[in-house]
Amino acid sequence: MSGSRTRVIFYTVAAVISLAGLADATYLTVIYLTGETAVCGGSASCFQVLGSAYARIGGIPVAALGALAYFGAFSFATFSAFGHTRMRMFFALIVCAMFATTLWLLYVQAFVLHAFCRYCLFSAAVTFLLAGIAVAVPPSR
Amino acid sequence: MKRYLPFIIVVVVALVALASGTVLYRAKRPSILTIPKSALVSGSGGADSIHIRGPASAPVTIEEFGDFQCPPCGKLSDPINQLEREYRPRLRVIFRHFPLLNHAHAREAAFASEAAGLQGRFWEMHDLLYREQPVWSEAADVQLLFDSYAGMLGLNVDRFKKDMESEQVKVRVASDQKHGAALGVRTTPTVFLNDRALAPTSLNPTGLHAAIDAAMKTTTPHT
Repeated sequence: MSGSRTRVIFYTVAAVISLAGLADATYLTVIYLTGETAVCGGSASCFQVLGSAYARIGGIPVAALGALAYFGAFSFATFSAFGHTRMRMFFALIVCAMFATTLWLLYVQAFVLHAFCRYCLFSAAVTFLLAGIAVAVPPSR
Repeated sequence: MKRYLPFIIVVVVALVALASGTVLYRAKRPSILTIPKSALVSGSGGADSIHIRGPASAPVTIEEFGDFQCPPCGKLSDPINQLEREYRPRLRVIFRHFPLLNHAHAREAAFASEAAGLQGRFWEMHDLLYREQPVWSEAADVQLLFDSYAGMLGLNVDRFKKDMESEQVKVRVASDQKHGAALGVRTTPTVFLNDRALAPTSLNPTGLHAAIDAAMKTTTPHT
């Protein structure tokens, strides 16, 4: 398989994975905006994470920032899959920023809040997959 | 065409995300604010202020003396909410605190609901405390959970914490308890229907339905 074709497959997969993250982050943003609490029903850990001060930055829900980031990753991956070479750099940069943010949020959950939220863990898994793709994608010649 | 395809895909995904977010928002919003704001009176003033769902002109009033840590009260919460929706605007519901001493966190829960009430979210906290009762009742650090509930409800958590400790909410809860004791309340839930205490055997959806229907037939709307 040629490097070009492999890159198309990698970026297409990255775009599809980003959609899963976008759906998760959009859902959490709506939950934040409505004040809906049933989403955490029965899970003290979920309440502790989503109800904590770390769930927002300056009044803006972290989930909304996540939705924007996933949309950015999706857009850059899509353009990259269609051969827009400059977008590959933007894809790598945004995934790098998302990866760093995810590490920070995992640290907060593990060592500050001592609680994990399933939606946040799903988002972390999506970001790790994207980071894996960004690393594994064959470089252009 | 291929040149424009990525632009089209990105725009379509953006529109789908926005549309689904909006639909979800609209679907979730009414489940929180179960009743119109105009029909809500949530005590945020002195000791005499009370929490009411439904119009003052409703011919039938249910007044519940409840304890957030009492399991039967938790089981009754949803049916009462459903009845309020079903009979609206002919039914109003009043909630009064009656935290029992044998429930370790009942008073704190009552304070939490009052502190939320001071930020206009009493009923949301009321519903949340009842729904999550099995979780926080067993929690090692109940205050931590109440704070996170406040955060989830979009309250100012610092203010919520201060209000929970304030004299104002303590007086409010004590006032309800005093009122209940004067009426002869000893256990929870105790429910009055138009000032008449219902038998414990009627405290279930069927029994409440029957009692409300009977009261509807014998009462005329207040003016």
